[in-house]
Amino acid sequence: MVRDGTTPTPDSIPGPSEAALQVRRLLSRIGFYLFIVIVGAYFALPMLWLVFAPFDPHPTLAAAVPSSVTLSNFSDLLKNPNALRSLVNSIVLAGATMVLVVAAAAPAAYALSRVRIPGRDLLLYVLLLFSSVVTGTAAMVPLFLLVFNLGLINTDVGVVLVLAGGLMPAGIFILKDFVDSMPKSYEESARVFGASSFQILRDIVLPYARPGLAVIAVWVVVNVWSNFLIPFILIRDPGLMPAAVVVYNFYTEGGQADLRLLSSFGLLYSIPVVVMYLFVNRRYGFRFYGGIKG
Amino acid sequence: MSSRAAERPSPPRGASTPPEASAAALQTRGAVAFLTPALLLIGIFLVFPALWTLYLGITDYRLTGIQAAQPQVIGLDNYASALGDPAFANSLWVTLLYVLGSAVIGQLGLGFALAWTFRRWRGPARNALEVLVIAAWIIPSSVVAFLWIAFLDTHNGTLNAALGNADIPWLFSWPLLSIIVFNTWRGTAFSMLLCGGALNTLPPSHLETARLAGASNWQQLRDIVLPSIRGHLLTNLLLISLWTFNDFTPYLITAGGPNFATDTLPVYIFRNALINFQLGYGAAISAILLLINLVIALVYLRLLRARS
Repeated sequence: MVRDGTTPTPDSIPGPSEAALQVRRLLSRIGFYLFIVIVGAYFALPMLWLVFAPFDPHPTLAAAVPSSVTLSNFSDLLKNPNALRSLVNSIVLAGATMVLVVAAAAPAAYALSRVRIPGRDLLLYVLLLFSSVVTGTAAMVPLFLLVFNLGLINTDVGVVLVLAGGLMPAGIFILKDFVDSMPKSYEESARVFGASSFQILRDIVLPYARPGLAVIAVWVVVNVWSNFLIPFILIRDPGLMPAAVVVYNFYTEGGQADLRLLSSFGLLYSIPVVVMYLFVNRRYGFRFYGGIKG
Repeated sequence: MSSRAAERPSPPRGASTPPEASAAALQTRGAVAFLTPALLLIGIFLVFPALWTLYLGITDYRLTGIQAAQPQVIGLDNYASALGDPAFANSLWVTLLYVLGSAVIGQLGLGFALAWTFRRWRGPARNALEVLVIAAWIIPSSVVAFLWIAFLDTHNGTLNAALGNADIPWLFSWPLLSIIVFNTWRGTAFSMLLCGGALNTLPPSHLETARLAGASNWQQLRDIVLPSIRGHLLTNLLLISLWTFNDFTPYLITAGGPNFATDTLPVYIFRNALINFQLGYGAAISAILLLINLVIALVYLRLLRARS
């Protein structure tokens, strides 16, 4: 705020400084456009390759508008067994984790929202704390050992359990938010009219919470689909690796990377995440919980 | 719904249900059953690993050999050797620079600048830029890592081409700066969205009054905007710092090299524990990272509480 009460109002400014004001305005315009152009280039240039290379018959590392547009990179990709199998693996991992998280987080969120369990606030606090502190990177050693000792190294089950455990607290918080927003009078009325607990859950709570369940399901899929570290440390068999790890192997293993394959695969693998993000964003807006990206 | 609630017959008095549970379809015992599966998973795969790290960190655990069958408790030796190891000191220093450069200065600074710019600017160019920034944030890390390997390539990279065929080996000559610039690109969206939300909570009349009183943009920013969204900025800062401390993506671009210049703590843990299989030592370093996370998270939760 202007502290000096005698600052002139625009009317009282004499002629010369009016010109100076215009120069300043012009300079700040120029500064604004310069900022936009630089930041725009910064964000656009690295991304261009993913836009052009998949459709270029002879892509190089440089982003360039292809001289002729082709879909042959994609048809070749569909013939590559590694790439296709890894996409299937990603779908399996994401689907299984999603079912597990929704099935376990939904009842927990309902109970935490509606029943005053002794120590509930402490429990919520501890959940929030652990979910932000215990990241995959910080816990990779014990997670690897735990899964190894359970005999689940190199299995989908190991990856699913670890990811579900990590995503569960944030899932509970998001769903609890949905249940909290549901008026208690719905359940009260149903009870007055003689509905059983099971009927209330099935006919009242579940339909009401359905958008929340959809959001959380998509959110889990996005997280698992993109996760690199957990399958990277827990799965050694190339046949079981999800797309996140196989994309990485495409450019780190065996000499020169096949850019036609890598670009089309990278794009195909990225598109679902973008679509699902848009879905969650439209339904729910931008929010975040604890240590997990929303 | 409320009108129907008004018409309904009053519930029978003397029902034994406690007041809060009466509405829900659950009693306390049922609630425990509802909670058990989720808490079991969290307990085994989130809480236990964290506590186990603390134990493993004081043993000489290895995956094979005699130490695998009977790990010995060796006390604080792992921590002592970590603190005496120049490689660990290097890793800690690299991580601090990485967090400071890419999260504190890069993501928060650029994120706020973008949110401030977007506040009044409308039109297709604005929307396009916003989509780009968000896309950089949500595309999976193994894809964006390669995009940056290609972008920074010495002979064919788009950056050197844009600089007039400069042939600068960015990842070799400026490795840490490269991943800092990368992670700023990668994560700015979060700070932009959060700062944008915070700026929206400001009553427009405040800024209007200040503008009429002749305050410049910079004065408005310094004297009105920043003080009123300080809380948001601080929570944002804590979250992105925590995530950046734990970010594994640099590994996908530089694998910690060249010559350990980008050997952040997550990469250091990965190399020692899961490549060299010094699990006890790796666990000790993990415990240090957990401690850093804990400190940040405690401050964060305290702030959240103070605000609500």
